[in-house]
Amino acid sequence: MSNLNNASAAARPAIADKVRESLHKRYRAEQRFRWYGIIAITMALLFLGFLFASVIARGISAFQATYVNLEINFDESVLDPDGGRDPEVLRQASYRGVLRQSLQELFPEASGRKERRALLALVSNGAEFRLRDLVVENPELIGTRTEVWLLAAAEVDAVVKGQINLDLDESERRLSDQQVGWISALQEDGRVERRFNTTLFTNGDSRDPEQAGLRVALLGSFYTLLVTLALSFPIGVAAAVYLEEFAPKNKWTDLIEVNINNLAAVPSIVFGLLGLAVFINLFGMPRSAPLVGGLVLTLMTLPTIIIASRAALKSVPPSIREAALGVGASQTQTVTHHVLPLAMPGMLTGTIIGMAQALGETAPLLMIGMIAFIVDPPSGVTDPATVLPVQIYLWADSPERGFVAKTSAAIMVLLGFLILMNAIAVLLRKRFERRW
Amino acid sequence: MSEATTLTDPIASAQSRVPEMSIADIDLPKETVGDITAEHPAMTARNVNVFYAEKHAIIDVGLDIGLNEVVAMIGPSGCGKSTFLRCLNRMNDTIDICRVSGDIKLDGDDIYSKAMDVVLLRARVGMVFQKPNPFPKSIFENVAYGPRIHGLARDKTELEEIVHNSLERAGLLGEVKDRLDQPGTGLSGGQQQRLCIARTIAVNPDVILMDEPCSALDPIATARIEDLIDELKQNYAIAIVTHSMQQAARVSQRTAYFHLGHLVEVGQTDQIFTNPRTKLTEDYITGRFG
Repeated sequence: MSNLNNASAAARPAIADKVRESLHKRYRAEQRFRWYGIIAITMALLFLGFLFASVIARGISAFQATYVNLEINFDESVLDPDGGRDPEVLRQASYRGVLRQSLQELFPEASGRKERRALLALVSNGAEFRLRDLVVENPELIGTRTEVWLLAAAEVDAVVKGQINLDLDESERRLSDQQVGWISALQEDGRVERRFNTTLFTNGDSRDPEQAGLRVALLGSFYTLLVTLALSFPIGVAAAVYLEEFAPKNKWTDLIEVNINNLAAVPSIVFGLLGLAVFINLFGMPRSAPLVGGLVLTLMTLPTIIIASRAALKSVPPSIREAALGVGASQTQTVTHHVLPLAMPGMLTGTIIGMAQALGETAPLLMIGMIAFIVDPPSGVTDPATVLPVQIYLWADSPERGFVAKTSAAIMVLLGFLILMNAIAVLLRKRFERRW
Repeated sequence: MSEATTLTDPIASAQSRVPEMSIADIDLPKETVGDITAEHPAMTARNVNVFYAEKHAIIDVGLDIGLNEVVAMIGPSGCGKSTFLRCLNRMNDTIDICRVSGDIKLDGDDIYSKAMDVVLLRARVGMVFQKPNPFPKSIFENVAYGPRIHGLARDKTELEEIVHNSLERAGLLGEVKDRLDQPGTGLSGGQQQRLCIARTIAVNPDVILMDEPCSALDPIATARIEDLIDELKQNYAIAIVTHSMQQAARVSQRTAYFHLGHLVEVGQTDQIFTNPRTKLTEDYITGRFG
């Protein structure tokens, strides 16, 4: 016995040395491991920064629009020859003529038919309708000369923002040297201004980049997500609670569980085809409608919400259940009074993930017709609309130069929408968590 | 299909909650030695058998829980004492693979009969668990929960009275009366366990079951709970499962020794600890195994 003790006493310094040797190696390995983490995070941040920088650099200019100030002569003999101020007459009148006349007063040298058309092309196609709206709203304008700020054409906007290289030969530009000259003349006169682009948020889609806006897409996304949330959250939570707390554990519930997990991995376009076949063709619901979009996205997000909700329910400690059952709470009381409130933050997290996924989804919505070109904002869930990611897809596909910045601006709006949604969800979750 | 493999097997997960049985090569007695009856029984159990799937966890156990007395159940880990306790308020119902047979009566009513409502049973047979498990709500809400769901209080004042009385009887009122709105989870371990006892007695049950109520507590908190158990027995029938033989000797009037699912010996606590009648009991209480 004493021999053994002596031997281990002699071996002790040797062991300490060995441990010390291995320590170096261990610390190095730990250092390396830490560096892998730092490198991974740096890479992720770099890519994120690159993404944001490129989107913002390209899109920020679209949040400003160029306006041109013109002195318009609301000539009564042109607009309302009868003098009756009948709204129908005012609506039908030729505002293009009034507009052309005011431009010609500024630049009398443009005399030919071609030159006059080039002059009119400086302002947006929508300018004459803007004048019409002004007059219909306030008929007293007729017979006066009033200065009006009108939206400039997209090409003029690009020149003012310096996005077009004016050193290029005239034939390679969309604006002639003469038009560029007119623009500089207007600028020197102080008749050109860049303002915040409200059109981006008040207009629907348009073929003219300067008139195209996100109103329809924003409302469409809002309605679609509203339908999705209203359906998928209660259904998902109810399904998770039943499966986790009440369902007997047998072959059938196993089968259901496997199928829910598999559904989470089904490509979203399949849900779109299903929506087209069932909701539109079988039930006769309207095409392009947020209602159908919401239903399709509900099908898509349900598995995500159910899986996350079940995980949240599972993570509630069994001791809480036993405590409630122990004082005589029924199964339903145990779930609704104790388990559900504790699982709610986790369920909300799953719902946020599902909704964020739904917000960015494009493919299934193409199948149910939400890719349509829609100008008028929807007033409900059954009106045709489009959604933000589809609008981005449409604009990215458009050939006009003005849509390049618009596309990036729409991406920024989409990201803003997403951040706002997540912020609301995080706030909600905080409130639930405060109840311990 | 990879998801299929990640699913939890319900049988396996339930079995992990089943206590492990140690296989010892000891001759088990055919019948329980000693008197299993109590003078004024609140609960009587006869021929109780429990199966976890194929495993026979409790074999032919019969025992009375008497009024105004504490019955201690002792035995090595996995001997079935907790399982037997959980039969008495049908807590084993929550385990799918668990089957219980036999005859358990509360005041003459078979608690496993169709006529017995499990909610009512658990209101009459309260339970205190091994780990303090207050609800993540305020101290007041913890105690008020039982009376509230059973509709024991007609109005708010009555509810407050019940909460105060229960906390008082659990010896906790003095420590918490100024912070009833604070979370129950913020109390110390011993206070939490007394809160759980207050929660149990707020429903005013006939029987209180305690499953190793002090195993997570320090000696001072344990002493307080033991004093409390001693007081509570004046009004309730108490059954306590414990790992500590000293605790059994201190708080109980009768002791039941379980071994591998058998109830080996029952008797007055003095007699069990000073003069055990079976070799197994003697070996266990003298620390030869366990």
